[in-house]
Amino acid sequence: MSGSSTDKTHGTSDLKAWPYNLKREDGSPYEPPTYKPPNAILRWFEDRLPIIGLSYTAGVSYPTPRNLNYWWTFGGILTFMLVVQIVTGVVLVMHYIPEAGMAFNSVEHIMRDVNYGWLLRYLHSNGASMFFLAGYIHMFRGMYYGSYKAPREVLWILGVIIYLLMMATGFMGYVLPWGQMSYWAATVITNLFSAIPVVGDAIVTWLWGGYSVGGPTLTRFFSLHYLLPFAIAAVVVLHIWALHVVGQNNPTGVDPQTEKDTVAFTPYATIKDGFFIGLFAILYAWFVFYIPNFLGHADNYIQANPAVTPPHIVPEWYYLPFYAILRSIPNKLLGVIALFASIVILAFLPWLDTSRVKSARYRPLYRQFFWLFVVTCVLLGWLGSKPPEGGYVIMSRLLTAWYFIHFIIVLPLLGLIEQPKPVPRSLSEAALKGGKAAFLIALAFGTAALIGTPQRVAAQQQGEVQPPRNTWSFAGPFGKFDRGQLQRGFKVYHDVCQTCHSLALLSFRNLGEEGGPEFSAAEVTAIAAEYKVKDGPNDQGDMFERPGRPADHFPPPFPNEQAARFANGGSLPPDMSVLAKARQYERGFPWFVIDAFIPYQELGADYMVALLKGYAPTPAGMTMPSGMQYNTYFPGHAIGMPPPLSDGVVTYTDGAPQTVDQYAKDVAAFLMWAAEPTLEARKRIGFEVMIFLVVLSGLLYFTKKKVWHDIEKPRELARGQDPKTTTM
Amino acid sequence: MTTISAAEPTRRDFLFVATGAATAVGAAATLVPLIAQMNPDASTIAAGAPIEVDLTPIAEGQIIKVFWRSKPIYISHRSKKEIEEAQSVPLGDLPDPQPDQARVKPGHDQWLVVIGICTHLGCIPLAHQGDYDGWFCPCHGSQYDTSGRIRRGPAPANLPLPPYAFLSDGKIQIG
Repeated sequence: MSGSSTDKTHGTSDLKAWPYNLKREDGSPYEPPTYKPPNAILRWFEDRLPIIGLSYTAGVSYPTPRNLNYWWTFGGILTFMLVVQIVTGVVLVMHYIPEAGMAFNSVEHIMRDVNYGWLLRYLHSNGASMFFLAGYIHMFRGMYYGSYKAPREVLWILGVIIYLLMMATGFMGYVLPWGQMSYWAATVITNLFSAIPVVGDAIVTWLWGGYSVGGPTLTRFFSLHYLLPFAIAAVVVLHIWALHVVGQNNPTGVDPQTEKDTVAFTPYATIKDGFFIGLFAILYAWFVFYIPNFLGHADNYIQANPAVTPPHIVPEWYYLPFYAILRSIPNKLLGVIALFASIVILAFLPWLDTSRVKSARYRPLYRQFFWLFVVTCVLLGWLGSKPPEGGYVIMSRLLTAWYFIHFIIVLPLLGLIEQPKPVPRSLSEAALKGGKAAFLIALAFGTAALIGTPQRVAAQQQGEVQPPRNTWSFAGPFGKFDRGQLQRGFKVYHDVCQTCHSLALLSFRNLGEEGGPEFSAAEVTAIAAEYKVKDGPNDQGDMFERPGRPADHFPPPFPNEQAARFANGGSLPPDMSVLAKARQYERGFPWFVIDAFIPYQELGADYMVALLKGYAPTPAGMTMPSGMQYNTYFPGHAIGMPPPLSDGVVTYTDGAPQTVDQYAKDVAAFLMWAAEPTLEARKRIGFEVMIFLVVLSGLLYFTKKKVWHDIEKPRELARGQDPKTTTM
Repeated sequence: MTTISAAEPTRRDFLFVATGAATAVGAAATLVPLIAQMNPDASTIAAGAPIEVDLTPIAEGQIIKVFWRSKPIYISHRSKKEIEEAQSVPLGDLPDPQPDQARVKPGHDQWLVVIGICTHLGCIPLAHQGDYDGWFCPCHGSQYDTSGRIRRGPAPANLPLPPYAFLSDGKIQIG
């Protein structure tokens, strides 16, 4: 073979981008080495399907600018994340059930019963966030260094298409767990299309397959969520193809001219990408193993309910800036147009930016406007998480205006008025200094800012009393449940809570499993036998009740919601299976950022303790509806549940104090375990993974240094070569 | 490059091998959850717990089918004639020689409990059919006798026995 594709492009293209114009030192044209089959068998195969040769020219000998900095590794990171998402997604589909009545429980089934299911699901849900994080860095890098300018316009537009597909895929994936946020996100986003004049309502009905978001919507979103990643992969292939035709940009924006300005993709770029993928995996693993729900919304652990909208509807963090733009416009149609325009405008960037200089390095004014734009996006993200009222709305409008001004006015004008610094004529002339420290600082800052953007959905208004923090044995990276506490907590549930609250997702067998209360097999059997479980039909066709077995689920205290409400004065006692993950409160800035690092993930347990102890006399001036109690920590303060605990109501046999305080902590710990039965396994495996990734990243770093050694510090005396030729 | 000392390539090689090995270990470890997730999950395993079967309603000569771990289990209340047939066959005539005593619990000759899955390719044989008064597999024509032993056809082995025990004369626990 011999790079037939290369030759063709070379021969027919008038573009003559740098990968095809490279010169040797003596001025003769440089062609990257091609694959030479080492034996007859491979030669025979290669003559018939030159795929090894194609991979070789594309992934090994392909010349890359030698001065690429670490911002250029995010393309590799994105490829890695796409593979992770596809692999974990394909595996999750083996267990997920896309049916409105079963989707929520099937996700919990994955979390509880499937081998390593919790790991696969957390990898996938946090992987989406990591994918977008890397995507945003990749995009901002392109903007900073002018990577969208001629001849890379198509390359950039393909990237915008990938980004649009990612947004659609991420949104539809978020609907699949069929929690409250899933359902209402689906409702809000599909309703965007109702803004279209005349046909809007028909389009929305068509999208839903019904008169509201429901079962048909879920199944079609599932189908498309499975399809679109492969569409993304296909566009990624085009993106990489276009990249190889026009060549990579580099921090100077000046094309390499000689072979000496470049290095082979493998091993140089490969190992550099590998090192940063290792670092990125550490960040990813931190989320997956220690703060897996930090970027999610507590409300999504409540099953979808078409009758109740959560108090704050907030999209996932990666859509927040666009959500802020949508809400800042007081007109429905214009808001939707602004939302889509804010994304589509990216595709016109190559023509909006009129400057002939690519890199912000030589554009002092643009550099400032670039960072202003980054800050605008981050602030819009923050505003997207805030309620649309008062000063937030005014700020959103100003920043939305600036977002568009940046593209429509600033960029075109800058090219005309800006006086660029002298651009080096070649890479070897360019001064390369100070890149790394600035890069690492910017990375740390950017990561913190992006992680920090989401706001927790709070059941409580800001400014109210926050539940006090308790000390939990299961907190922190090495936390473990206290078996005695879980057993006592189960007793509190058994003696008090279960009169009204179901625990539907748990089976009796769970009580004996590793990492939980760890009752003995005999104890589990005895506990199960206390319960009456409905079974049947028998040979006569009748349903009957029998004693529970370890494999049975906890039977509900009421046969249906209506019966539960009727028995509880109209209030519905919520199921307690995932309650500890479904209840959170707003921590406020800067605590929610600090929480990610501490890591503090026990908000649900703290809230429950506070609630159980939070009953107080109704304050003067507040009228309490009949049958309701005042509770300091309950959202709105009027709670239907009378104070459930009092000193001595549950008998402990292990000598622990029989006080409300102790009961509340014990049952909160028990419910934390019920919500996250694999917590101990997660933290244990997380520690192993962390150690491994740190070691691997260290090895990759030193390998990278070794590989790059001759490039970065040329050996001057070797064979009497002139050191100047390789000095930059 | 001949001036470089011999130590350096060694150190470099070691680093490369260590990095490659660590990457390989990581990739292999990643496969563990991806493969393990396809094994039966905890709820499936728990649902495979032992079951109890009351034998008293089963008349002599009757065969019933119950399910354990989603597999059909045949419980045959054998008549004297059927027991005799099963016990009198010379072992040499059997493709998979096994005495009838080895296929029933001592003192419970009348009860044969077998997994009703043909050992050929997994179809479910029909009871009381075939030339041997036992089971006949409609898929490929395997024939089993009153002890569930293969007598003719492509199946290589006798119908397997599930783990079970008599809790009393009229009750067994399978599993």
